[in-house]
Amino acid sequence: MGDLYQALADPTRRLILDELTDRDGQSLFELCGRLVMRHGITSSRQAISQHLAVLEDAGLVSSHRSGRTKLHHLHTEPLRAIAERWPAEPRE
Amino acid sequence: MGIRINVTSVFVDDQAKALAFYTERLGFLPKTDVPVGEFRWLTVVGPGEPDGTELLLEPDQHPAAKAFKEALVADGIPAASFAVDDVAGAHAELSAKGVRFTQQPTTMGPVVTAVLDDTCGNLIQLTSAA
Repeated sequence: MGDLYQALADPTRRLILDELTDRDGQSLFELCGRLVMRHGITSSRQAISQHLAVLEDAGLVSSHRSGRTKLHHLHTEPLRAIAERWPAEPRE
Repeated sequence: MGIRINVTSVFVDDQAKALAFYTERLGFLPKTDVPVGEFRWLTVVGPGEPDGTELLLEPDQHPAAKAFKEALVADGIPAASFAVDDVAGAHAELSAKGVRFTQQPTTMGPVVTAVLDDTCGNLIQLTSAA
């Protein structure tokens, strides 16, 4: 399992999570289109693919095939570790 | 020189199946259908443009073509892009006909785009003004 904090440390990777929150289950093509058209992120498809691999390694994104197209899904479960480590209401 | 685009093509795995999909599902009209060896020179045109640019439904027989198509489809990348009046309306109409989309209508700056599966090994992008 990759490091959650390292995965979240990159602004492009956070935007990928934002866009998957907007619509879950996107192809690399759709994600790249959203990043460039909505956020001016002009990274190559290969670079975005590598960002997705880091997010996948940290358990924040998974992929599955729909037909022959690979779609990416958001998983917020690992983020719970952050709230548990630093609760909004400090423990007594 | 007067150079212009008169034909563009998509690589299809089966020409008869492709002709059915591009005409019956997408609404293109048959234009040219000439036997060429074991295949056909098979083109369609937009319904409002009988003399417009022809789309050649080209056999994907070259060994590199299939690998190329599979790699594009895996990443959701369209082989061609067509204009429609309204992507949301086209998406609703085509979905009702059983066409599968890999990307739902999405606003991308000045355009709305969606991506569908042509069942012949390609993804096709539809666009309209946002």
